[in-house]
Amino acid sequence: MKNKSLISILIIVIVILALLVDLPVLKDAKQNLFKRDLSAQLGLDLRGGMQVVLQAPEGYAIDQETLEIASSILENRANALGVSEVVFQVAGDNYIVGEFPGLENIDEVVSVIKQTGMLEFVDVGQDLIEPGTIIQTDYNGSGAAVPSTEADNTEAESDAASAPATASETPAEDKAESTANKVYHTVITGADLDSVVVTAPTTSLDGYAVSFKLKSDATKKFGEFTKANVGNMLAIVLDKKIVSTPVIRQAIETGEGSISGSGESAYTYDEANNLRITLHYGSLPVALEIAESRVVGPTLGQSSLNKSLIAGAIGFLIVSLFMLIYYRASGGIAVISIFIFGLITYAIYLVIPVTLTLPGIAGLLLSIGSALDANILQFERLKEELRKGRTLQQAIDLSWSRAWPSIRDSNLATIITSAILFWFGSTFGASIVKGFALTLALGVAVSLFTAYFVTRTLLNVTSGWFKNADKARWFGI
Amino acid sequence: MKLNILGKRYWFFLLSLALIVPGMIIIAMNGLPLSIDFTGGSMVEVQFSAAGKVPQMAEIIDLYSENGVADTQVQFSTSDQNAIAVIKSSSLTQEQHSAILGKLRSDYDSGLVERKFDTVGPSISQSVTNRALLAIGVAALAVIIYITFAFRGIPHAFRYGVCAIIAMLHDILIVVSFGAIGSKLFGWQMDSLYLTALLTVIGFSTQDKIVVFDRIRENSPILRRVPFEKIVNHSIIQSLQRSINTQLMTSEFLLLSLAFFGGDSLREMCIILWFGLMSGTYSSIFIAAPILVVWENKEWKTWFRKAKTTQA
Repeated sequence: MKNKSLISILIIVIVILALLVDLPVLKDAKQNLFKRDLSAQLGLDLRGGMQVVLQAPEGYAIDQETLEIASSILENRANALGVSEVVFQVAGDNYIVGEFPGLENIDEVVSVIKQTGMLEFVDVGQDLIEPGTIIQTDYNGSGAAVPSTEADNTEAESDAASAPATASETPAEDKAESTANKVYHTVITGADLDSVVVTAPTTSLDGYAVSFKLKSDATKKFGEFTKANVGNMLAIVLDKKIVSTPVIRQAIETGEGSISGSGESAYTYDEANNLRITLHYGSLPVALEIAESRVVGPTLGQSSLNKSLIAGAIGFLIVSLFMLIYYRASGGIAVISIFIFGLITYAIYLVIPVTLTLPGIAGLLLSIGSALDANILQFERLKEELRKGRTLQQAIDLSWSRAWPSIRDSNLATIITSAILFWFGSTFGASIVKGFALTLALGVAVSLFTAYFVTRTLLNVTSGWFKNADKARWFGI
Repeated sequence: MKLNILGKRYWFFLLSLALIVPGMIIIAMNGLPLSIDFTGGSMVEVQFSAAGKVPQMAEIIDLYSENGVADTQVQFSTSDQNAIAVIKSSSLTQEQHSAILGKLRSDYDSGLVERKFDTVGPSISQSVTNRALLAIGVAALAVIIYITFAFRGIPHAFRYGVCAIIAMLHDILIVVSFGAIGSKLFGWQMDSLYLTALLTVIGFSTQDKIVVFDRIRENSPILRRVPFEKIVNHSIIQSLQRSINTQLMTSEFLLLSLAFFGGDSLREMCIILWFGLMSGTYSSIFIAAPILVVWENKEWKTWFRKAKTTQA
């Protein structure tokens, strides 16, 4: 190599930079540079927590934008609940992955997430429906995008359709059946709300209530509807489930109202507040179902992390010993270059940042194996050339040019595979596969770098230290 | 060195079959031991404290059916001297989950710790399986294309890619077979960690093959007059030391230390990986390179006519 000293300087600079990132020094400067705290990001399997994968129900075509909106609404809701470090991400065409690190009590959060928060005021005519009943409405959830003119048309149609149903006196037992199949018309939705507050109970018998005010155009619509339907019932429906069915006593033209449960289903403060959060941050543009949820207890996570670190250290120690005994001087160089590999890889993890998970650690370990392989490939060639009686410098140059094609091709094949795995992992929200593929690909890329620059340069720089006559002893042939 | 690995190639093919067939028989009889990651359903893993009482298997199943949950399977193990129960069932709702946990805490063990609770819906598990197969297919295709490109300087470059993929399929079958045998003996399940292990084996399988092929690539122009079979045998022996050492480093030292000291969650994955990586090294020497020779000699023409002479 011609620029031996230049490359040496470059390596030293890179190692110093990596050390600055890795070690807890210059925290403020790093904070300013990267706009965040540079500390290791641990995955849920290492620190405990919950992961949920949400998806739209079968048959709903949703676009990327809708998912993004839903994802940010969910994040706002979870933050309002006081859960920290929540991340919601869109994965693939129809999944949203939510991660809640360190969370133990999952029930509350799940109930808030699960609530699509699709609030509807539904025209049920004269049908008296029990609270808690699930009904069908003509509002399909992707309604955020439905223009109001269209909604007006359907209103007219369904009015006509519901007329005979209300006129015929159906016996009580048949009613349950008929309400199950009937599609009711939605007058206004949660998207029409302007402001929402929790109000304290007025008497000790009541629960808390959520009071709302409508936006001006909805106020008008609501006013007209209530005027035309005095004496009929108006069902307040949350996620297709009836909350209450007050009777319209007079036209409501102020656009104000409140939602409260009654009797056993009266709201506690928390319940009312959850409803407020749901309504305030908007209803989800699409109903979401929990497709998958995973909870890892914090103790399991912590013990996994500690044990993996210890296991890694033990493994590295044995590998170093073996390399030193088997390859002597070059083995020592390999250990140094693996160490540098570790420093650079960890620094990259911190900067990107890469979230470390258990499979991620496995990926890292295998990339260490790959870095070792690059060294072993060259050292075996080195021994071969030395056995043929070449001088040390000749042998180093030849061994490199012989080993490089196989190092390059085998590592590139691994990078290709990990790239495909990464794509696979990110399209269906399998963060397990994604984390593994990312750490493997990064590790293999860095191992190519350390093989190409570090091991070779170290061999070249130190080759002058060994007398040619001693080469058998120093290189283990 | 006089080692003639290629001469015994059909014996090695036979050995691989002997390792693969038992697993395949188990799968044919019992189906793949798929976890809820692929079938959908719920998995609860609880650890009982030293002071608490551990319920009987039937008691847990009863508790589940009282809460309206069917298809419950319970498996007990221990970790840090405490009993662990892994309970698989059809999907639990949040309410069923808290009811069951509450009952376990009140009736058996107040110090009960829930280590894991996974619920996977049927639609997501279906898409996982489909995409996993797709990913493996795309990866295989990409590797064939890459190898054909990287070996374009020597005759029949395409064969190297195909042989690498055949050997990779061999490694996949070995891992699946060991997984099936493990499921029979130790109740292992094919979950997403198992899938990760399988994907790793796929990634590293080709890495090994390329190192051996690289020697053939290097030797081919030099030893132009030597029969192909000899070139391949020579190349295998030249790269043998490297294969053994790399194998020692990655699988024996790093993986086994992780399997022994790395905690429960990774153990199964490490053992599967260990078999897979061993198989990867084995198949690059005893499967991929020999198949190249079989292909070069077009040996299938004589398989049925003079089966005995080819095996000698």
